[in-house]
Amino acid sequence: MSDDRMTGAQMLIRSLLDQGVDVVFGYPGGAVLPIYDEVFKQNRLRHILVRHEQGAVHAAEGYARSTGKVGVVLVTSGPGATNAVTGLTDALMDSIPIVCITGQVPTHLIGNDAFQEADTTGITRPCTKHNYLVKHVDDLARTMHEAFYVARSGRPGPVVVDLPKDVQFDTGTYVRPDQVEHKSYRPQTRPESDLIDRAVDMIAAAKRPVFYVGGGVINAGPHASELLTRFVRMTGYPCTQTLMGLGAFPASDPLSLGMLGMHGMYEANMAMHSCDLLINIGARFDDRVTGRLDAFAPGSKKIHVDIDPSSINKNVPVDLAVVGDAGAVLEAMIGRWKEKQAKPDSKALQVWWDQIDEWRGRQCLRYTPSDTLIKPQYALERLYALTREREDVFISTEVGQHQMWAAQFLRFEKPNRWMTSGGLGTMGYGLPAAVGVQVAHPDALVIDVAGEASVLMNIQELSTAVQYKLPIKVFILNNEWMGMVRQWQELLHGGRYSESYTAALPDFVRLAEAFGLVGLRASKPGEVDDVIREMMAVDRPVLVDVRVDPKENCFPMIPSGAAHNEMLLGPDDRAEAPVSEEGMVLV
Amino acid sequence: MKDEPVEKHTIAVLVDNEPGVLARVIGLFSGRGYNIESLTVAEVETGKRLSRITIVTSGTRMIIEQIKAQLNRLVPIHRVSDLTDEGPSVERELALIKVAGRGEPRVESLRIADIFRARVVDSTNESFVFEMTGSTGKLDAFIKLMEPLGLVDVARTGVVAISRGAKGL
Ligand SMILES: Cc1cc2nc3c(=O)[nH]c(=O)nc-3n(C[C@H](O)[C@H](O)[C@H](O)COP(=O)(O)OP(=O)(O)OC[C@H]3O[C@@H](n4cnc5c(N)ncnc54)[C@H](O)[C@@H]3O)c2cc1C
Ligand SMILES: Cc1ncc(C[n+]2csc(CCOP(=O)(O)OP(=O)(O)O)c2C)c(N)n1
Repeated sequence: MSDDRMTGAQMLIRSLLDQGVDVVFGYPGGAVLPIYDEVFKQNRLRHILVRHEQGAVHAAEGYARSTGKVGVVLVTSGPGATNAVTGLTDALMDSIPIVCITGQVPTHLIGNDAFQEADTTGITRPCTKHNYLVKHVDDLARTMHEAFYVARSGRPGPVVVDLPKDVQFDTGTYVRPDQVEHKSYRPQTRPESDLIDRAVDMIAAAKRPVFYVGGGVINAGPHASELLTRFVRMTGYPCTQTLMGLGAFPASDPLSLGMLGMHGMYEANMAMHSCDLLINIGARFDDRVTGRLDAFAPGSKKIHVDIDPSSINKNVPVDLAVVGDAGAVLEAMIGRWKEKQAKPDSKALQVWWDQIDEWRGRQCLRYTPSDTLIKPQYALERLYALTREREDVFISTEVGQHQMWAAQFLRFEKPNRWMTSGGLGTMGYGLPAAVGVQVAHPDALVIDVAGEASVLMNIQELSTAVQYKLPIKVFILNNEWMGMVRQWQELLHGGRYSESYTAALPDFVRLAEAFGLVGLRASKPGEVDDVIREMMAVDRPVLVDVRVDPKENCFPMIPSGAAHNEMLLGPDDRAEAPVSEEGMVLV
Repeated sequence: MKDEPVEKHTIAVLVDNEPGVLARVIGLFSGRGYNIESLTVAEVETGKRLSRITIVTSGTRMIIEQIKAQLNRLVPIHRVSDLTDEGPSVERELALIKVAGRGEPRVESLRIADIFRARVVDSTNESFVFEMTGSTGKLDAFIKLMEPLGLVDVARTGVVAISRGAKGL
């Protein structure tokens, strides 16, 4: 019995170990010192000291997304907690399971404006899936186990456990994970069988079908991606992926249409626009994907598979909603498809594929190559060509044009290899995320495809990479502009480039060296292959400053407020499609 | 979609009575821009520490469905029930209404209170406090009649509601 008596700080460590946690990303401070004392006294739990609490959360996100496990963060009260808020919001938007432990001032001081007090549960309530303030040590272990359960169950998300310092010192009784059951939270994972029946009938009867798959398939685990691949191949139907769904279906499969949406493939968007059946698996009809809602996939029937009922009929009304885990639903669909010996209408499908091939023939990713300037697309083409032989490549990105080009030009055959900030679009995500991925996969090739503006937002994490000998590669497409902002200003604001040029940038090579990384630079197309090879050869963290064409814009593009069939394919398309007034107000 | 009719719904929610739960519900409505016409909350099962929240809200059909899905998604929520959709229900609201005056208006207020079956729960030489229970519409009507008679203050509970028949939430 006395085995179970321990302090709150000890309980915290014990609960993490019992939850199978091996790494915590954190930053110390007064309100978590008892916990750090326990971290010091043990060696089963690895602590990665980041350089900023936002970095800790993004690192935990990278860890979580690349492993399927819950990422864990430990920060102090007040500024530690508020610094974590952007990361928490990011994880909420992208459905990433995180448990974030925040220190809090002692219970008797709460509400007194004590030193480094912030209303952490109040601040984080709207940016977490759930949060807790633990006021009694005997509630701590149960709360921790619940936090992990909530973070990973159903639609995953971030959970905050706010822990006052006196509770960390108090002695109480530990309970194990198997002694804890949540009172009310039981998300539905198994689909209703008659819905599967109807879905399979609709799928078999379609003439111009398209699978539209998203991050939910990745959330459902690698097995769900295998099932998806199997089912899509059984049908022979085309499959497009969202930004968050890249890797759920192999990019090299001829059935893949690549990414859809604002900067997605022409053929994917045209297929969405013209389909008679849209099969959404684990995607949430985001506005980057749908474009103008009243012109979205007109004339199609829609099936939506999602574990979160609130995702269904939120933006787009659907004809058949199947609530359940993507893996469980796909398994059931495959079973029913076989039972029914369903056969797609091969004639109709042939006509459909002929049409799609015609769209493919437009070669929407074409760009004008240059002998003198490095085109960002070229740099990524080369990056892909020189890394594709390796099985274990993980890519993270920052936010902007480079992110979209990375989504277009790097191809993913497997889930969990692509870490990007989709929903919140957080500049500064990619570098710390790469740190987290490399911690989880020490021998893998982990590359942050970055913009020079974004990477400066969490550049301090280079220091973390050096400390832990994490050989991440920061591949900066340096166009000196906030390229994505400049592109919108060019298209929507008459080319008035207000504050989108960074007039003083650091010398990134020397910056890398100052942090203890290897710094490389490419300024001409002929140098690109060499720096990529060298970057891969060096077994240390490397930063590559690729000086790209500062004026390149990212195409194809659906201007905001436009429909899927109103895509701009390149710079010359612009004049024909002015952006509507309604489109202007959209983000 | 813009022209869809706006419906008014009464939603009953059973939640764990834990700190912050009301803030979660209210934050959900304000954060997502949903209407709250009235909201009441009190613990109803002390042993199990369960509270019942009654919310009157309005929106298009799609919004109402979204509100219910969003409520259901909150971790400490046990059950969400749309009383407007799920068959007949009884809705009641309680109001305390203070009217001050002397002479004829004072007598008149008492007379009307009698017709409306409002009870006098406090009286002085120059004021009454009426207690009245009923539908929101009935309360509205009574309060309107009190206005010219020296209406001073109104306190209302907001709607509580329960389904008719034997079945529970
Ligand atoms: C600059 C910029 C440009 C962008 N342009 C594009 C673009 O062109 N195209 C594009 O696609 N995106 C784009 N995005 C990203 C976009 O904003 C959204 O983040 C993205 O489209 C959402 O992906 P998703 O629909 O797969 O949903 P996610 O955010 O991944 O959500 C997953 C969905 O699956 C559900 N789910 C979770 N777990 C499960 C499970 N186990 N089983 C079943 N369902 C589950 C969830 O409830 C949710 O509804 C862009 C972002 C940025 C920053
Ligand atoms: C934290 C944050 N602030 C502002 C923005 C708005 N924003 C989106 S893209 C972008 C420019 C990014 O520039 P850079 O990192 O250089 O990438 P590029 O678009 O040039 O490839 C900005 C400012 C954002 N997404 N995140």
